[in-house]
Amino acid sequence: MSVDIGERAPEYTLPDTAGDGWSLTGDGTAPTVLVFTCNHCPYALAWHDRIADAARDYADSRVRFLAINANDAERYPRDSYEAMQTRVAREDWPMPYLHDPTQEVARAYGAKTTPDVFVLDADGRLRYRGAPDSDYDDPGQEAAWLREALDAVLAGRDLERTQTTPVGCSIKWKQ
Amino acid sequence: MRIELLWWEGCPSTDRALSELRAALAELDLPDDVQLREIRSDDEAAAAAFTGSPTILINDVEMMAVLGRGAGDEPAGLNCRVYRRRDGRVAPTPDPEDLRDALVAARERTG
Repeated sequence: MSVDIGERAPEYTLPDTAGDGWSLTGDGTAPTVLVFTCNHCPYALAWHDRIADAARDYADSRVRFLAINANDAERYPRDSYEAMQTRVAREDWPMPYLHDPTQEVARAYGAKTTPDVFVLDADGRLRYRGAPDSDYDDPGQEAAWLREALDAVLAGRDLERTQTTPVGCSIKWKQ
Repeated sequence: MRIELLWWEGCPSTDRALSELRAALAELDLPDDVQLREIRSDDEAAAAAFTGSPTILINDVEMMAVLGRGAGDEPAGLNCRVYRRRDGRVAPTPDPEDLRDALVAARERTG
């Protein structure tokens, strides 16, 4: 399964590292950014600070950023719920870090890599999907594609770039 | 000098790592004789002490170990490997300077 651009994204509720549940599509009042990510992928780690900076910068616009870890923690213990909790306690996260232990959400959204970014408008429709920007190795990119999508969504404009190829480690599916 | 690049299909960094490895070999006027070995399973990863893709072996020694910096407590498995650039940034491929230094060190050891 996957979600097409313009389509309403499927609604799920996932727990964060404190055990609180978060609706993925929100309450209809603000855009949401879903970032499938994990604890050990170098691409996810390289992009993390840029995505976190964007989360801080768009907080005043009431954009919700939700990070989601769907990796199989049995084969990859560093992606366990406990490891997620440890990481959030150690680092300064401006967004909740949600756990998708059944991988149902990752499959429903068609997530492929870490990171894989989905921008939903306030109505929960998918407006952008792909990489945060064009180069994991260039912090100066500042998650430009993600910001470009958010600026358009917040301004009520059509997006010029609705999809890019997500780049990163493959999601670690259960076998 | 025997050079092997171990890779896993779940990680997209192989082409870049190979390109930067070949550039380092050319810069040092060393023969471009890189052997590619695909790691396909957890068992193969364990047997090869493969802690992530890409892993570069120089004369059977992992390149960061050549520099005295091993993979630490990273478990063997089908992963993308986490490297650190010299400025501290996380990267999916080795710092090209580390790559070159490892090749120079290995060349000096083999005479």
